[in-house]
Amino acid sequence: MSTETLISRPDVVSRNVVPAAPKMSIRGLDFHYGAYHALKDISLDVGERRVTAFIGPSGCGKSTLLRVLNRMYSLYPGQRASGQVLMNGEDLLAPGVDLNMLRAKVGMVFQKPTPFPMSIHDNVAFGVSLYEDLTPRQMDERVEWALTKAALWGEVKDKLKQSGMALSGGQQQRLCIARAVAVQPEVVLFDEPTSALDPISTAKIEELIAELKSDYTIAIVTHNMQQAARVSDYTAYMYLGELVEFGETDELFLKPKKQATEDYITGRFG
Amino acid sequence: MDKSGRSPRYRKRLRVNRFNLAMSLAAMAFGMAFLLWILAVLFINGFAALSPTLFTQATPPPGGAGGLANAIFGSLAIVGVATVVSTPIGVLAGIYLAEFGKDKPIARATRFINDILLSAPSIVIGLFVYTVYVARVQHFSGWAGSAALGLIAVPVIVRTTENMLHLVPASLREAAIALGAPMWKVILKVTLRAVRGGVVTGMLLAVARISGETAPLLFTALNNQFASANMNGPMANLPVVIFQFAMSPFDDWKHLAWAGALLITLAVLVLNVLARSVFRQAAR
Amino acid sequence: MPNDAAPATLPSPMPFERARATRDPVPPVRHGAAARRQDAAFERLTQAFALLVLATLVAIIVSLGISAWPALSKFGPGFFFDSTWNPVTNVFGGLAPIYGTLVTSLIALAIGVPVSFGIALFLTEMAPAALKRPLGTAVELLAAIPSIIYGMWGLFVFAPLFGDHVQPLLTATLGRIPLVGALFQGPPNGIGVMTAGIILSVMIIPFIASVMRDVFEIVPPVLKESAYGLGATTWEVVWNVVLPYTRVGVIGGVMLGLGRALGETMAVTFVIGNAYRIRAGLFEPGNSIASALANEFNEASDPIHRSSLIALGLVLFLLTFVVLALSRMLIARIAKGEGTRT
Repeated sequence: MSTETLISRPDVVSRNVVPAAPKMSIRGLDFHYGAYHALKDISLDVGERRVTAFIGPSGCGKSTLLRVLNRMYSLYPGQRASGQVLMNGEDLLAPGVDLNMLRAKVGMVFQKPTPFPMSIHDNVAFGVSLYEDLTPRQMDERVEWALTKAALWGEVKDKLKQSGMALSGGQQQRLCIARAVAVQPEVVLFDEPTSALDPISTAKIEELIAELKSDYTIAIVTHNMQQAARVSDYTAYMYLGELVEFGETDELFLKPKKQATEDYITGRFG
Repeated sequence: MDKSGRSPRYRKRLRVNRFNLAMSLAAMAFGMAFLLWILAVLFINGFAALSPTLFTQATPPPGGAGGLANAIFGSLAIVGVATVVSTPIGVLAGIYLAEFGKDKPIARATRFINDILLSAPSIVIGLFVYTVYVARVQHFSGWAGSAALGLIAVPVIVRTTENMLHLVPASLREAAIALGAPMWKVILKVTLRAVRGGVVTGMLLAVARISGETAPLLFTALNNQFASANMNGPMANLPVVIFQFAMSPFDDWKHLAWAGALLITLAVLVLNVLARSVFRQAAR
Repeated sequence: MPNDAAPATLPSPMPFERARATRDPVPPVRHGAAARRQDAAFERLTQAFALLVLATLVAIIVSLGISAWPALSKFGPGFFFDSTWNPVTNVFGGLAPIYGTLVTSLIALAIGVPVSFGIALFLTEMAPAALKRPLGTAVELLAAIPSIIYGMWGLFVFAPLFGDHVQPLLTATLGRIPLVGALFQGPPNGIGVMTAGIILSVMIIPFIASVMRDVFEIVPPVLKESAYGLGATTWEVVWNVVLPYTRVGVIGGVMLGLGRALGETMAVTFVIGNAYRIRAGLFEPGNSIASALANEFNEASDPIHRSSLIALGLVLFLLTFVVLALSRMLIARIAKGEGTRT
């Protein structure tokens, strides 16, 4: 196994990852789109206040897995999950789970920026206003706090009443992050958040994710290996619906345990 | 996230959600209920009045026995002429919009006006034909009725033809042109033929639409109690006969009105079903 | 002859293949020119038919205008604000039918828009996948039923029921409320402006619901998922995200329904009562422009009477033209994706 090609990569830095309690525990997860078996017996832990990345070639099931964590698939009949996903001692896949409240605790940022057709202020306030009774003053403070966390406040503080759709792509995505963070969730899921953005916006958002992890548990799906290496503490490599390898990012990238993982990382395929 | 942790605020949100979704279900049920109610009333009253004499005897004076033969014949004639005249006009205009006009201002204006005429009040169309023709020649006429119905049919056919032609892939046209064919042959013999099914669908939908129209005939073809094949004079037709008989105080006339209404509705429904199945066939 | 064998692999002998094969080997310029002339002629031919559509519009306005002129010049602009309609003294004012047209259409919208919204919501968010198409088709069937059927059903079935059971109830309850109660007065025989409005509402529902459903369906799923992802309920997603996103198209659909309601003749004629008066009570008989035309035009012998009716027809046409033009512009905007810019 040649390590030159791996060590020479400046983005792979050796980190000391302090082991964390699992925020979400996935056990024996299977997923079906109709008859198609998309996820096969997945088991892993998403560490609290850590960044866990899911990588793998197109179609490997990483987005599918992410969307199980906030039960987004429940919107669509014909998509079924079985197994267990434990959070705070409760199995999220159980029938009695209240989906709205789950999604208030597990937020999501999508691949394409999706500002709502309302002002910037109302975009950020939307999720908050669903669950909390804040005075207008308190709401403004929360909006400012969330936009600051998303490193967007400086750019929009004078135009909060403008439509969210008038921002640039990178700004819109940060708006979506602010919106997700404003409700103060426990977990934030990122589904390829920078694949539609330019390099500068991408760098900003990666910085953001590094900062957010001090308050939130983060899971990120990315098709960009270097991004996973830069940003995450743990990485899961998936292929054809199966979890091939899961471990601390440094170990996975520097000393992958499986040949298949090494093949993917060194670009021999995918 | 279990159900015990729900605040009153959240419970209210859930109630609002349930209420509004229930309302939307009620709206759907409302629409379906009216549809079924109308069709049920129509079928019950219509079938009660059906008999073979409908097709063999002409419309009777009040109190007499009779049928709807002259009205049926008249409707077929008027609608038939209207279809025969409006289809080529509509298809050719649709060809212009899709193949030549495209984004030119004149094509955009035509499309705009066409879409408006599609939904314009049909009684005004009838009034228009009256002022332009009937008032001049001082008599009602089946031809005028066909003209009015034709004016209603043309926008339907223009729109479907243009939409169908847009679906033809550029590669098909280019292949024909690359073989050296002049544009008009490409259009008529390749492109149009490729969407033949869609154009027929448009025609069937137009026929379904004009078969049920009453208002445009009121001032053009009007009505004729006797059997007449003369399209140059007032001509019996189902919709106006139904109107006259239904609003009358005579029971046997009202009976015939229901029978006529049933006939028209069956024709319209059959045409709609045909149009859809032709379209699905063509789409394969 | 060159190229007889060429079409062997094509599914059917293509006419243009034969055209090519039979061409004489002369310089291509001449045949190119012939083809170009044919094409130009064909283009002009089709263009002529397309222009017919434009010409029709102009012809309608001009012809109706000319025929309406005698009445308009006799009565002046006051024609539209006077409710006298007297065939004996030959004094006519169009206010009553105009009022009737507007009121029945407003009633139709007041009932039809919320119901259409509910139906569109149901079809896009709630209906199981297998039911979506059949239910959508069933809704469209409402539009296919000829309006004379609505008229007959209205006159023989709905009006008696409405007059016997619903009207007395409404007059006794809502009719007591000060101010608003004045709307719910009138003879309880089911014939009147309200009945016409209700039947109209059922007729325009398929049009509005179809447009709403079409625009709801083009909302990107990611946008809805973003809202669900924050813990919003289905209703909250529709009301706060879907509806604002599709606002332009929804208004376009409503205007389309309005355009149809304004011009509808047969359903209204059967049940509106053919009375040239304006009353506050919606259960009173009245008239719309279309029903006035349908009931009176053929009996009107005096030229001024005829001309007055035609003037009303012209008003109706222009009014629906404006409404339908607006509707079309709005719907075209959302089709281009511009409706989302605020």
